[in-house]
Amino acid sequence: MHPAFSVILLTTLIGMGQGLFLALYTEQVYSSLQVLDASRDGQFYGIGSAIAVVLLIAGLLASFFHLGHPERAWRSAAMWRTSWLSREVILLPGFIFFVFLYGVTHLFGLDTTIMNIGAVAVTLSLVLGMIATALGFLLFVATGMIYACIRFLQEWHTPLTVINYLLLGTASGFTFATAYAAYYAPELVSFYAGWAIVLTSTALITRLSSLIRNKRLKPRSTLQSAIGVRHSGISQQAQGSMGGSFNTREFFHGKSDLFFKSIKYIFLVMVFLIPIILLAISFYQPSKMLLLSTITVQYIGLMAERWFFFAQANHPQNIYYQTIS
Amino acid sequence: MTQLALVIDLNVCVGCHACVISCKEWNTSGNAGSLSDLHPYGKDPTGTFFNRVQTFEVGEFPKTETVHFPKSCLHCEDPPCVPVCPTGASYKREEDGIVLVDYDKCIGCKYCSWSCPYGARELDEKQKVMKKCTLCVDRIYDEALPESERKPACVMSCPPAARLFGDIHDPESDVSIAIREAGGYQLMPEWGTQPANHYLPRRKTRMTIHQDELVRADNPLNKEHYAEPEFDDPSLDDVTSW
Repeated sequence: MHPAFSVILLTTLIGMGQGLFLALYTEQVYSSLQVLDASRDGQFYGIGSAIAVVLLIAGLLASFFHLGHPERAWRSAAMWRTSWLSREVILLPGFIFFVFLYGVTHLFGLDTTIMNIGAVAVTLSLVLGMIATALGFLLFVATGMIYACIRFLQEWHTPLTVINYLLLGTASGFTFATAYAAYYAPELVSFYAGWAIVLTSTALITRLSSLIRNKRLKPRSTLQSAIGVRHSGISQQAQGSMGGSFNTREFFHGKSDLFFKSIKYIFLVMVFLIPIILLAISFYQPSKMLLLSTITVQYIGLMAERWFFFAQANHPQNIYYQTIS
Repeated sequence: MTQLALVIDLNVCVGCHACVISCKEWNTSGNAGSLSDLHPYGKDPTGTFFNRVQTFEVGEFPKTETVHFPKSCLHCEDPPCVPVCPTGASYKREEDGIVLVDYDKCIGCKYCSWSCPYGARELDEKQKVMKKCTLCVDRIYDEALPESERKPACVMSCPPAARLFGDIHDPESDVSIAIREAGGYQLMPEWGTQPANHYLPRRKTRMTIHQDELVRADNPLNKEHYAEPEFDDPSLDDVTSW
């Protein structure tokens, strides 16, 4: 497939935004259960949520650029019964709205205790955060399923696609939260760095699993089944156009084999290896600059990962477009 | 239930591209808007087509055969492109099974084209909406046309009549009979999309001649062989009663 830059931005930015919110909320839940001592003031959650909202809205804006008719985008909420894309279109603004409410509650001191369960005070922000968390997870599933539900793209048609979107998003969000904590709550750096390492390592396992799975895939369609002629030696002589068509532009990444393969190693190093090492160092010796470069490296790596994700998918229609003439 | 479809006979198709041209002509002049072309007189002309003829070579020289292969939307009975559309712009008509795109609802997200294994959908680069074969829906029901012309433009134009059009759910229709009797098949059956369009295979007319057929058994020039019966052999008078 041809990787669209807008879709790469969309999926990486909202993944990081979702992860960042989950990191903030995880910390709040830990604090209210008194697993972590001394809960943070509202500003920590408020500013963090504001950054998450900015990331999510940036992703949403990027998504408009891959539409032919952005002014009709509102129509895409219509078919939520059948289309995962439609479900994502509903979930994303819903999630942004609740993260916004969560942030506002914290930032303007609107947080009130609704009730007490034992020693735990259930506050308004905890409830809002719970709703946002549920929407956030559903959004990860919807984003992953957009790709995983297309059975023709065998590289994507696996539960690993959804798992990878979930883990890569949360990993980058927690790495972001580690850098954020270095500025606003240095006592949390080791907490976030620990989780970021766990999530990044788990994502490494699942991403490697999908790489191994995809390497062993056999294309289901062949030239024989595509035109219905039973002969092992069929070659295309003409594809019905000389200057290319939508089919040649949309479904081929158009880069050399070497470029394609090198992107794989680049993203493995930049998403997993370097961040895990840098996070491990930060776990013991927090440094703002180090953590800023960690999230920068990981984010650029994630863009490479997403490029590879799209480029690797081999569409059966490509069988019909092997030779121009 | 009606399911309109094309049946394309690969044994007859000569690869003249008349169907491509007439399709483009009819549909670019229709009220649904033009099928735009980009730099049609430039170096890399490209454009939107509903129908393309591809050419494949089967076998290795000298035992080769050229197969011309017209490809358009197959109007699947279980179309995978329809449920993924987020706006409902892609739909399959209940009454005749034609898969259509509502150009006024399409947002141009291209998701449906990902969900078509045949590459039958093409995004119009100027109008920025997804386009595909409509089976000339604006033609086949047009009562202003004589009944014999209420067919898709490609079917009308095909010089050797390699394209048939009809209802594949009616067992007595021309297309159903052709599929049944000439071995009609579907493309990429492995995906379970049940394409409505069928293709008829290449067929060979072969004659098998055996050695004994090379010699004429009743050659009048042959000297007739007459075996003289032995003296002891029964004569005709012994075996018949006349």
